[in-house]
Amino acid sequence: MAEPCPSSGSEELTDSEGSAYSGLQDSGSDSSSSDEEEEQEEGPGGGSVPRTRAKGAPRKRKTLEDDSSLEESKALLAQNEYEEDSSDEEDIRNTVGNIPMEWYQDFPHIGYDLEGKKIYKPIRNKDELDMFLEKMENPDYWRTVQDKMTGADIKLTDEQIDLVQRLQRGQFGDVHFNPYEPAVDFFTHEVMIHPVTNRPADKRSFIPSLIEKEKVSKLVHAIKMGWIKPRKPKDDTPTYYDLWAHEDPNSILGRHKMHVPAPKMKLPGHEESYNPPPEYLLSEEERLAWEQQEPAERRLSFVPRQHRSLRAVPAFPRFIHERFERCLDLYLCPRQRKMRVNVDPEDLIPKLPKPRDLQPFPTTQALVYRGHTSLVRCLSISPSGQWLVSGSDDGSVRFWEVSTARCMRTLPVGGVVKSLAWNPNPSICLVAICVEQSVLLVNPCLGDKLLYGATDQLLESYVPPEEERVQPVRWVTATAEEHGRGIRLLVQHSKAVKQVTWHGKGDYFASVVSDNSNMQVLIHQSSKRWSQNPFRRSKGLVQCVLFHPIRPYFFVATQRYVRVYNLLKQELTKKLMSNCKWVSSMAIHPGGDNIICGSYDSKLAWFDLDLSTRPYQLLRHHKRALRSVAFHRRYPLFASGSDDGTVIVCHGMVYNDLLQNPLLVPVKVLKGHALTLDLGVLDVLFHPTQPWVFSSGADGTIRLYT
Amino acid sequence: MGSRVLCPACPGLSGCCGSRCPRGGSTVGCYSPSCLTLITTTRRLCILKGIYPHEPKHKKKVNKGSTAPRTFYLLKDIKFLLHEPIVNKFREYKVFVRKLRKAYGKSEWSTVDRLKDNKPTYKLDHIVKERYPTFVDALRDLDDALSMCFLFSTFPRTGKCHVQTIQLCRRLAVEFLNYVIASRSLRKVFLSIKGIYYQAEVLGQPVTWITPYTFAHDHPTDVDYRVMATFTEFYTTLLGFVNFRLYQSLNLLYPPKIDGQADVELKPAEGKEYAMDSESYLEKLSALSSSLARVVAPTHEEEVELDEFPVEGETAEQMDARKKEQEALEKHKKLFEGLRFFLNREVPREPLAFVIRCFGGQVSWDKSLCIGATYDVSDPSITHQIVDRPQVQQQVVGRYYLQPQWVFDSVNAKLCLPVADYFPGVLLPPHLSPFVTEQEGDYIPPEKLKLLAMQRGEEPGDANEESEEEEEEEEEDSNDKEEEEEEDESEKEEEMKLKKLEEQKTQSNKALPVTVTAGKLRLEDKQRLEQEQQSEEKRLAIMMMKKREKYLYKKIMFGKKRKVREANKLAAKRKAHDAAVKEKKKSKKAQRA
Repeated sequence: MAEPCPSSGSEELTDSEGSAYSGLQDSGSDSSSSDEEEEQEEGPGGGSVPRTRAKGAPRKRKTLEDDSSLEESKALLAQNEYEEDSSDEEDIRNTVGNIPMEWYQDFPHIGYDLEGKKIYKPIRNKDELDMFLEKMENPDYWRTVQDKMTGADIKLTDEQIDLVQRLQRGQFGDVHFNPYEPAVDFFTHEVMIHPVTNRPADKRSFIPSLIEKEKVSKLVHAIKMGWIKPRKPKDDTPTYYDLWAHEDPNSILGRHKMHVPAPKMKLPGHEESYNPPPEYLLSEEERLAWEQQEPAERRLSFVPRQHRSLRAVPAFPRFIHERFERCLDLYLCPRQRKMRVNVDPEDLIPKLPKPRDLQPFPTTQALVYRGHTSLVRCLSISPSGQWLVSGSDDGSVRFWEVSTARCMRTLPVGGVVKSLAWNPNPSICLVAICVEQSVLLVNPCLGDKLLYGATDQLLESYVPPEEERVQPVRWVTATAEEHGRGIRLLVQHSKAVKQVTWHGKGDYFASVVSDNSNMQVLIHQSSKRWSQNPFRRSKGLVQCVLFHPIRPYFFVATQRYVRVYNLLKQELTKKLMSNCKWVSSMAIHPGGDNIICGSYDSKLAWFDLDLSTRPYQLLRHHKRALRSVAFHRRYPLFASGSDDGTVIVCHGMVYNDLLQNPLLVPVKVLKGHALTLDLGVLDVLFHPTQPWVFSSGADGTIRLYT
Repeated sequence: MGSRVLCPACPGLSGCCGSRCPRGGSTVGCYSPSCLTLITTTRRLCILKGIYPHEPKHKKKVNKGSTAPRTFYLLKDIKFLLHEPIVNKFREYKVFVRKLRKAYGKSEWSTVDRLKDNKPTYKLDHIVKERYPTFVDALRDLDDALSMCFLFSTFPRTGKCHVQTIQLCRRLAVEFLNYVIASRSLRKVFLSIKGIYYQAEVLGQPVTWITPYTFAHDHPTDVDYRVMATFTEFYTTLLGFVNFRLYQSLNLLYPPKIDGQADVELKPAEGKEYAMDSESYLEKLSALSSSLARVVAPTHEEEVELDEFPVEGETAEQMDARKKEQEALEKHKKLFEGLRFFLNREVPREPLAFVIRCFGGQVSWDKSLCIGATYDVSDPSITHQIVDRPQVQQQVVGRYYLQPQWVFDSVNAKLCLPVADYFPGVLLPPHLSPFVTEQEGDYIPPEKLKLLAMQRGEEPGDANEESEEEEEEEEEDSNDKEEEEEEDESEKEEEMKLKKLEEQKTQSNKALPVTVTAGKLRLEDKQRLEQEQQSEEKRLAIMMMKKREKYLYKKIMFGKKRKVREANKLAAKRKAHDAAVKEKKKSKKAQRA
């Protein structure tokens, strides 16, 4: 084992005389390492240490550098190279194994020797200054390395340094190895006349091979069956040629008849420029809003930015995305031809006759009748057009002179006045007023004394019949005190009365009771003080009733329908569908063939009785619920008052020619009433002879528009 | 385009239109539900054949009463796909792949070789012909093809798709650019933040495409490159045929060859070979600096006067206008004729070289930058040098140093703009989009107004003054308005007083402080009254509109109002910005003083 190493000349064997064979890096012997060291690369790393050791003890060292450098010594150790092969012979003083040595950093020792005793770190009391001094003074400082296993300093020999340098240069570690040996041609390229061997050919080389035959037959079969295709000849046709050489514009496939070509991408606007005008840049708020929007909602898919120069423009990060999305659009988006309506909005506005040509109609507010302290629910006018009567929630009825807006009389009735109606007969001066459960017949004692005197006489001339008839209501003559105030008769109902309306002749009047039974509508005859209930069954909540001006018809409006009854035949003639949710009011054209219905869902339905039971036209002029509608007795005008505080006057021309439909043109929007409690205009009324309209509002005023 | 509707169901190609959808006599009414995750073959086929879903007229009816969003294809379309001969080729290819994999697995290399030799190929020629029966149809649909090819030609050679595809895209794109140069058909260029838009007029059809800026792509992960590759496959075929035809129409050789003389010039003088000719061919071509070889040697004939055929019903004025337009176009084509440009290293070479060459200019660059440089920086005949750096150290007398935006702006303005705004280091004027044509009522940026004035032939200085004057006038106008408003207010006050008086009169008759005040003469503005009356008439008429018409009318009016609002907003923003700039200038002046 202890083998004297034939060391190369220049080094001194300082460590031990017996270190015939030590690691290269040993300060002692350098190049005298052997193959074995290659096998022990996995041994403890780090440099080996020059050590003194027992004589004859086999040495094994790890080299600091690569072991391949040791090859040069191989030749020298040709004999007996396996002699010291066993690893247990190794002299490893430190037994910690191949571990990172920094684990022992904080300990005073550096490992354990074979007996398990701690190996202490060499005492080093070098500080920075010492180090520096050594660096400056020691000429060998550059070749000193520290052994991590023992912590001792090792000085590298010249040989070792040479080896390191050679390896760094990428040369062979062995100085004597020649990589450029001359090539030896074992077989010449020249053809010899004699064979290399003189062996006769085998017999099998003369017999056809069965295996090969089988293979060939398989191939032949495969070719026959078409499993193996012969090599295709190269296609020589050019890739691109004139594809549209014989184009035929008529050769469009059937499928293409419906073909919708893909729309082109939108062309960019100024805001997409790399240097847009400053107004196209987003402000701070706009940018925040943009960020908060969903990507699908954004009008711009990018934030406009300004760059000072072209070199500052970065790549657009979503470029590939946009192309991809375009691809998806092209093959996944359903395509549809959309007809773009290209109309001038002015053309959509219907051509109507100009309101100026349809005069007269009320245009301006002329008078305001003040006096009521609460909302004025109802209005009525005398047949002569001289007097106006109004009923209000403050429990009073006021009589006004139309032309002067003077309140002639105030009649306290002690309850909310729901409805009132002046007798349309010019020879009778009588007003019917609904107060709570009774209808008062009042003689206002206005105007011609003869006239109202005659009315009183007419009422007093009543002779009660011999036999008492059963009546749904009670007729009561007014007391003396009441008589003094003008009240002549009281018709006492069982429930609250909400509407009263006169027949055109002025003898009959109808009243509506807020009830659910068949007793809702009652028809009274004032001269005979007699009442009757025309209906056997209730057909729903009656909103209002109306007499036909000429013929014996009677109109009853329930929530959604208007029923027309023939009073003579006592039968239902027609049922008009209003197409509204809740009818509020109704008025009839003086001709008697047309009806308008106002409804709480802000619609006005015009019915032509000759035409159909459905509305001829449904006008949605008002923004809120309609409270009342009215026809003018002479002029082709009608008006509607609504909760939005306006009165809309329309021209409603009815032609005698049955083939021509009525012409409806709105002519004026009259404003003036203030909104109170969300209520605007409560009643509208036309003057019997003049083109004037009265409106009563929730603000306690009555206004006259002329 | 509407929103994309997808459905989760995934019918295959063969089974989709059998039992699932109603079979009816009418072909239009039959829809076949399908979706994004179609099997690959069907998806590819749909892309290649250009089949797109349809929006059914009655969604509920075809969707069995459900209104869930689904995609519907026409049954006829899907049947049409089935008859496509390329389906068999796809199947063959699938079999080929399977065999190859097997041979690899068994290490039968001879089989692998044999299979590879017989690799099935397919051609899309007939599909191109079918989708675009005429050449003009193909030109109309060229936008997407070009954009896609330009994008793919910038992809790296690794990863996302086959190298051959990228090379092919590059080749076709370069060929197309060369055609545009040769035919001088470029019309508009726009530098956007997304990329560079070009618009060329090819045989009367506007063709627009976008190229990205030359940076490495940040490849997104949520993009299906297979879909894009399939599109590109079709687009390359289309573009190849289109290129062929276009080259033919100009009597150019296809595949393009560089003109003989130019070829000699291009060869480096110092015997150092750059690369083999075959290798540097595409690079030389993409240098865009040399003209192409023609089938027939170009005879430098004078421009042939085109015969004029007066169209029937065309007045002399119209003819004149057309003639003028033609002249302007010819002039635009020769915008850079006689100018020699030199591109500095830092400017994007390809777009600039392309644009300059399209308008007849000569262009060169540093020899180290790219092959194909024809003259040196020191050439004294250079008229413009394009520079994109804050300042130029050594300036040569006799040439303009300009920023690249000048070239693009000049092209869009159809005239060589004054150079002073574009010197290096100068704050550039805004770059406007040439694709916007402002209509009546739209907002027009002041720069555009200036440009329009310049195009009409007015001096830019005058325009400035004019605009200033206009501004002053506007200010006056606004003053007037304010005055009017004041008047209104005074009127209102008067009315209020009158009302009060009236109320006093009506309510408190008891106290009678009767004082007679002199009545004021009120002038009635007749025009105003007229206007008011008219507007009222209109309002009343609108009330009488039918419901549907009213809805439409309101919609149109809403759109109009929104447009006006946006224009006003932009104008206000601009005003504020200008005011801020002025303020800044003033403060600077004040600081200096």
